[in-house]
Amino acid sequence: MTHRGDRTLQATGLARVEGEGAMYVRVDAGQVTEVRLDIYEPPRFFEAFLRGRCYTEPPDITARICGICPVAYQMSACQAIEAACGVSVTGPVADLRRLLYCGEWIASHALHIYLLHAPDFLGYPDAVALAGDHRDIVERGFSLRQAGNTIMELVGGRAIHPVNVRIGGFYRAPTARELRPLAERLRVALDLAVDTVRWVAGFDFPDFSCDHELLALREPGSYPIEQGTLVSSGGLEFAAADFERQVIEEHVPHSTALHARLAGGGGHIMTGPLARYTLNSRWLPPLAARAASEAGLGPACRNPFQSIVVRAVEVVCAIEEALRLIGEYQQPDRPSAPAAPRAGIGHGVTEAPRGVLYHRYELDTEGILRSARIVPPTSQNQAAIQADLRDFVQARLDFDDERLTRDCEQAIRNYDPCISCAAHFLSLRMDRG
Amino acid sequence: MSGSVLPPETGRVVVIGIGNEFRRDDGIGPEVLARLPGQAAESVRLVLSDGDPAGLIEAWTGASLAVVVDAVRADPPVPGRLHRMVVDPADAARIQPVSSHGLGLGDAIGLARALARMPGRLIIHAVEAADLGQGVGLTPAVAAAADALTSAVLRDLAAG
Repeated sequence: MTHRGDRTLQATGLARVEGEGAMYVRVDAGQVTEVRLDIYEPPRFFEAFLRGRCYTEPPDITARICGICPVAYQMSACQAIEAACGVSVTGPVADLRRLLYCGEWIASHALHIYLLHAPDFLGYPDAVALAGDHRDIVERGFSLRQAGNTIMELVGGRAIHPVNVRIGGFYRAPTARELRPLAERLRVALDLAVDTVRWVAGFDFPDFSCDHELLALREPGSYPIEQGTLVSSGGLEFAAADFERQVIEEHVPHSTALHARLAGGGGHIMTGPLARYTLNSRWLPPLAARAASEAGLGPACRNPFQSIVVRAVEVVCAIEEALRLIGEYQQPDRPSAPAAPRAGIGHGVTEAPRGVLYHRYELDTEGILRSARIVPPTSQNQAAIQADLRDFVQARLDFDDERLTRDCEQAIRNYDPCISCAAHFLSLRMDRG
Repeated sequence: MSGSVLPPETGRVVVIGIGNEFRRDDGIGPEVLARLPGQAAESVRLVLSDGDPAGLIEAWTGASLAVVVDAVRADPPVPGRLHRMVVDPADAARIQPVSSHGLGLGDAIGLARALARMPGRLIIHAVEAADLGQGVGLTPAVAAAADALTSAVLRDLAAG
């Protein structure tokens, strides 16, 4: 029924998100009165699991939190522990880290664009139905994803849960010659990525915008991936070491994931592609910048439904960057910097495909972990997702339940939520009373 | 652009272990995979998977035989009970094995059929799990099934 004053929308067992969760929206007398993302995957005990472990282990252990973004976990973990140990990673080893991370961005974004999000815009229930009608399109997605996986296999040792990463760098650095065939493959993928931007730019996007405070890394001169200073659209600028003072995590009753907000009465945080793009679009490499411009994106993008376009631009960016890094690469004299343990606390923050990923570790003099803290991007975005749902539903109460529920699921997928990472998480329920 | 979809290569064989050893019995796939080097022919490709459909399809595209090992939930469960399924590559019906992974094998098979990326033969070995919670180590019933499961996989490999 439509045009009722009171209604409930719900989805139990949200599809095409990574993990398990549910959505509930209640409307009373024409007003949205309650919106909840219910997260019911059991809380992850990785933080407790890490206590008592050796300082060399978090890159391998935390990689298991997520099959989609293991490199992000590895990179934030390395950065935090290296900060605690006073180790600096520069030159070709740092470049190899960015190259590996580019591989993860390409593979993760291609998966989300083609298999999870595009079916929403094209009216298909899932990627299987999309592939039935548009096999060539889905094949293009696979080719892109495979290009990213190839980087991860070559630099990281394997595509899932790479094994070549260690504190200080890598166990083995590839030779320049080994990287050359990768460049040939990436040049083909670059054309596919540009075609992807043109394809998604042609989708119909709901007229919607959000005013969340955007949070992303910034590394002047380059698009942020593996390092940078935290900046926000509200003018905040802070180092990783200040993350827990600036970003407050709170328990909410319906979720096993923590919700995050900015300290000092700040509003909802949005992290991820839109935040990165809006705060850093000036530093996109040339082809990605041109693709963004041709897609009609201005210097900022505040419509979460257009995140699929920004993701596609970021795939171009990551391939362009990977090609640059391979072109300039010279095998380092040693694949890792020595990293002796010392007592202290280290903080690390990098740009996972879904946004800012923060790690903090406390080490004792023997390098045993006394404590660990991990704040994944999806938990930072949850309050923003709920706010989007509230505003989206309030403006579309004339839609019938089926359409509104479907559109709400799409709105959630705008954030590519990784519930497995956040759960500390999805199904949809809409209650119109 | 159309991807190049090759016909299954004669003799290319892959074993895919799905799972996460940090989720108790979900580690049975990786456990069986770890037992195969030295027992399976060197030409057999061993692939660890988290159940992601794209990764599964990439792993078995072009293979003449793909053997998949995964943990499953059953209700009521008989922990350690083994199931062997031979999937018909051409059957258009969608199958949805009840897996511990939200989006997984059923989606991968549906997508692979739509993309003509099914292996020549696909055999699934599923093990009923007792505990898929946080933590390392298989429960005794599932651990006790690992030998029989490894042997069953080796029999499929020997039969080609």
